[in-house]
Amino acid sequence: MTALAPDHITMPVFHRLPNAHRDEQIANIAEAAQQIRIQDLKLVHYAGAGHIGGDLSAIDILATLYGGVLDITPETVDDPERDRFILSKGHIAGALYVTLAAFGFLPVEDLATFLKPLSKLNGHPNRNYVRGVEANTGPLGHGLPIAVGHALSAKLDVSQRRTYVLVGDGELQEGSNWEAMMAASQYELDRLTVIVDRNRLQQGATVRETNDLEPLDQKATAFGFAVVEVNGHDHGELLDVLSSVPFRPGKPTFVIAHTHKGHPISFMSNNAAWHHKVPSAEQLELALDELDANDHRRGET
Amino acid sequence: MTDTVSSSQTSVADRPRYDCRNAYVETLAELAHENHRIVGVVNDSVGSSKLDAFKRAFPDRLINVGIAEQDMVGVAAGLANGGRIAFVSAASCFLTGRALEQIKADVAYSNRNVKLCGMSPGMAYGELGPTHHSIEDIAWLRAIDNITIVVPADPIETAAAMRWAAEIEGPVFIRVSRMSVPVVYPEDYRFVPGKAVTLRDGDDVTLISNGTVLWRALVAAEQLEDEGISARVISMPTVKPLDTEAVVQAARETRGIVTAEEATVAGALGGAVAETVSQNHPVKIKILGAPEFAPTGSAGFLLDRYGMSPEGIAEAARALIT
Repeated sequence: MTALAPDHITMPVFHRLPNAHRDEQIANIAEAAQQIRIQDLKLVHYAGAGHIGGDLSAIDILATLYGGVLDITPETVDDPERDRFILSKGHIAGALYVTLAAFGFLPVEDLATFLKPLSKLNGHPNRNYVRGVEANTGPLGHGLPIAVGHALSAKLDVSQRRTYVLVGDGELQEGSNWEAMMAASQYELDRLTVIVDRNRLQQGATVRETNDLEPLDQKATAFGFAVVEVNGHDHGELLDVLSSVPFRPGKPTFVIAHTHKGHPISFMSNNAAWHHKVPSAEQLELALDELDANDHRRGET
Repeated sequence: MTDTVSSSQTSVADRPRYDCRNAYVETLAELAHENHRIVGVVNDSVGSSKLDAFKRAFPDRLINVGIAEQDMVGVAAGLANGGRIAFVSAASCFLTGRALEQIKADVAYSNRNVKLCGMSPGMAYGELGPTHHSIEDIAWLRAIDNITIVVPADPIETAAAMRWAAEIEGPVFIRVSRMSVPVVYPEDYRFVPGKAVTLRDGDDVTLISNGTVLWRALVAAEQLEDEGISARVISMPTVKPLDTEAVVQAARETRGIVTAEEATVAGALGGAVAETVSQNHPVKIKILGAPEFAPTGSAGFLLDRYGMSPEGIAEAARALIT
């Protein structure tokens, strides 16, 4: 296998378009998501490791957050009043790095160092090395408490800054999430949004077979959240929902984003085997062809 | 405090005793008045941390997440992300045992400005037993990179360490003793991180201690002096980073080292001293601490049982050099 090199990852830089028409924003997010998927597939193939299934599950959410929701730019990444995005499912660091590169937080050429010895792009994100990373996550169940802490700080500051945290659905088996949800509700943190990447698969099996979360909407409601369900691959739905929080004054928001692990690659989608499998050269080619075909179809409609 | 520690006209043992939690809450309130960024974070431990007055003074700035230690430490890291300085206040056994991974990942590895205050550590809970004892906290945290570990010996050092912790940016763990101790430091004592304090000079044997056992080591030195043994007493408030220079100097200049602390004999101050001595200037060492899940008994009873009465420490020193 060829080692990952800068010419493997080439990508235009995207910008937030906060004042653009909704359709234009969605088109921008869709194009960014497409590029992030392409580069992420290459990243995992050439690095020979990564979590491609979970990456592809969450890329539409990441692209929507950075392309249309979060008030963060490379220029304001250290501004105390920036919105915060905490990636709790830290094992999809690859997708986060490519997203940060796509939106100009990280030089695109740095992606070529992913997982290489002494690279700042570790298999799990480190905020001390990568601008735009808010917390060193990896062990599951850590992001939501941190997000609650940040949302509390914003409330103490009487600030309008918002907090978003992306958790995996399997990750919700960690009890720390439910501790944090109780506190979020108790403190009425209505500028906190929990996004669940609800792909229904964990490492080697379905969530249902392992330790089922259902009825997840009712559980989140019972824990004091306003619950919204969206198609986690529909940029328009994601943009509308994530931009509209809070849905109920005084209540934090729980967005159940229905996704597919490995989306939209036919042979990876909804297949637990691709949790951290590495695509071969041939599989990479097939996947990129499928993405290309999808792109053409989208262009024609 | 007008008398110096080294003057032994009156024994340290005869001085009045104080619960360091009182110095803790007074200092926290002072710091909160001085700096609006400071907040308290607790796991329902308002009463056991004596924070009722703080809560009345700063109702919004005492975050009580309920009985949920993992959340408590994660929330503190998130508060730090938002620019706050969180003083987490919880029984040390639950803070360090229940939230160890949050301390490692969210605080130390993420390099967040969080101050973890382990209340009633060691065997302070006495008869409540090993579930509530926190003899392991220092050894656990010592294995984690990027966190300073401070074990104050009296109310003055507790306040001084907190003031220092509030001023610096970064992760700190401070033990706040519940078991009453006499004052061993002068009023104007300034805590210097990573630095030992030689409280008593001596060239036969060295006693290295901290926390609730330090005064016992000082009394042991008084007793040894009466029989003609000159014992150096080194206070080691910072277990990590350790003042290796002071340890190596003691190894060179005296005939043996006794460490004594209200913690496990595996990997706490004694372990740190042994690692340093064995790699730099090997001399005989005796590590005093808790060697087991303790049987029922008060903290004082248990310290005595594990050889940390003044007489026990003196005996360990005597045995080392004779």
